[in-house]
Amino acid sequence: MDDLASTACAEPGRAPRLTPKRAVMLAGWVAAVLVLSACGGAPRATLNGSGSTFAKAFYEEAIAFFPETDVQVTYAGGGSGQGQQELADGVVTWAGTDATVKPEDLGRFEGGAILYFPTVAAPITVSYNLSGVDGLELSPATVADIFQARITAWNDPAIAAENPAATLPDEPVKVVHRADGSGTTANFTSFLEAAAPNWTLGAGKEVNWPPDTVGEKGNDGVAAGVQRDDGAIGYVDFSDADAAQLQTASIRNKDGRFVAPTLDGAEAALEATTVQPDLTFDPLNAPGAQSYPITAPTWVIVYQDQPDAETADALAAWLGYLVGDAQAMARDLGYAPLPPALALQAEQQIDRIRNG
Amino acid sequence: MTAQLTVDPGGPAGRDPGDGLHTRGLRAHMANSTFGAVVRVAAASVFVILALIVVTTTKEAWPAFSEVGAGFLTGTTWSPSADLYGALPFIYGTLVSSVMALVLALPISIGIALFINEFAPRRMRAPGVYVVDLLAAIPSVVYGLWGVLVLGPFLLPYVQSVADTVGTWPGFSAVFGGPVGLKSMFLAAVILTVMIVPIITSVTREVFDTVPTEQKAAALALGATRWEMVRGAIFPHSRDGIVAAVLLGLGRAMGETIAVALVIGSTAQITTRIFAPADSMAGVIANTFAESSGVNRAALVGLGVVLFVMTILVNVGGQLVARRSARRGGER
Repeated sequence: MDDLASTACAEPGRAPRLTPKRAVMLAGWVAAVLVLSACGGAPRATLNGSGSTFAKAFYEEAIAFFPETDVQVTYAGGGSGQGQQELADGVVTWAGTDATVKPEDLGRFEGGAILYFPTVAAPITVSYNLSGVDGLELSPATVADIFQARITAWNDPAIAAENPAATLPDEPVKVVHRADGSGTTANFTSFLEAAAPNWTLGAGKEVNWPPDTVGEKGNDGVAAGVQRDDGAIGYVDFSDADAAQLQTASIRNKDGRFVAPTLDGAEAALEATTVQPDLTFDPLNAPGAQSYPITAPTWVIVYQDQPDAETADALAAWLGYLVGDAQAMARDLGYAPLPPALALQAEQQIDRIRNG
Repeated sequence: MTAQLTVDPGGPAGRDPGDGLHTRGLRAHMANSTFGAVVRVAAASVFVILALIVVTTTKEAWPAFSEVGAGFLTGTTWSPSADLYGALPFIYGTLVSSVMALVLALPISIGIALFINEFAPRRMRAPGVYVVDLLAAIPSVVYGLWGVLVLGPFLLPYVQSVADTVGTWPGFSAVFGGPVGLKSMFLAAVILTVMIVPIITSVTREVFDTVPTEQKAAALALGATRWEMVRGAIFPHSRDGIVAAVLLGLGRAMGETIAVALVIGSTAQITTRIFAPADSMAGVIANTFAESSGVNRAALVGLGVVLFVMTILVNVGGQLVARRSARRGGER
């Protein structure tokens, strides 16, 4: 079902907000589809992709508005791990991933060297459900103790000390976490490991959560789980927290400021992060007064060497669109766009794609 | 159930070789042997498929088995990020939720079967059978969503009040104590109950149907009440059939994946409190397989192997029990 929405032949999965620019693009797209008599024309190249579900909404939207209509782009989601695996096996031409490839896994990539293209980023919110208590402020250490069940009541002194103005109820804290292996979990636990010395559960896509916590599948599942129960708290990506209108906590960043999860905060974190020459970077716990500390990056990975000129050309056009014009759509979909300097670096890297 | 058809190997052609064409006998013979070969291949394919499943899954799971060793079955911590793979919480969750479901489903199923066979007016029998069979046709994801969206929220206040009263009594708190949540071992067991009632009902009903009418009539003629007739004539005759039904239900409950994954709460823990979240083997495979790699993926396949072995043990054990009770029945 999701796959349908991700092919250029199908209707876009959801109704995008119609700005004049998009209206023109949509008209052009519709016209192109009509000219091709509903995908009857043979595409110049087909770029199949899979991977990160976190960035899926952005890629689907970009596919729907990709101006080069003779290039057929698909994106199947499936998770970062699956994307990496399928690129390694040569099943897909491009893969979305929220984590860089582990050094020991690089040998699996049979097509040679891979290139990273950052596309968007988004805050991971600490969302909660506590009537009458808005704008909670939490330090990384307190977040850690809540999620490892050392803090079990909302009126715990640690929470009270950081929120002197709030009237905290004597209610149990109900922790909601991901039931599925997830890049969101990996980023959230990596942040806690980096920023909270008291965090003991380690970092990874799946950690051993304390007893009596509840696992939910997907960001939307955790959002629903938090929404359902008074006293619940969970980590949810920005767009799902926003869609469910959850209360979100401000998190203390490296500079000691409490920053609310916003796209501006995520963009500030990207700007303050040191980018490696291969365009990988770690925006978690980024410095800077405005930086939201739990900011998740995502990349498209491709092989540097492409089998033929058509594919290389089409891929260059697609990547150029993703880090270029498509960036303007990011905010409406709940993602922070790349800072201009990083977008430029990504665009320049496209030239390294070769064929033959 | 046990009716067998005796087939003349020659078929109609064998009985009447001189019927018209001479080639008919030959053709029939060839058709027969071809058909025989086809069914033999079909039958053999079951064993081949089973063997291939065992071989490939064990091979895929081997990295986990060799790295974790026996701790795979006895370890209580499952933490892929720390490379810890102790499957006991999932084995526990699968067994407890399935057995709880069985305990709830068996009396209900036997009740439905007896009602349809012995108590319902004749015109209500067909609709009754039809409705029960319809329950089996509902996709399990629908059961799961119904559990999360409808049944769970409906049961929650009752669960809460049980936890607040019975759960505070000494000795009972270990089973019925709080904290309670929407998703729990209990909700999983209730959903599984609804899912296995149709299969247990239809098997027990068919078994009850095989009880000779004379025996039932004889019991009633001797002045037995209907309950005494059920206890004295129907149950003894049907014991092995009920065991078979229980095992079919248990197998279905243990393997059930999506419905359980949706309602059990997906937290790996071993607790006797039934209102606490838990996790099952099939559930954790469904939830985490997509993002797994390396030893983690091998460990998930290993869970599948363990589940497979457990299902086989349940089935073989059940066969033995059924055979023994059948022999006992024969001696009487």
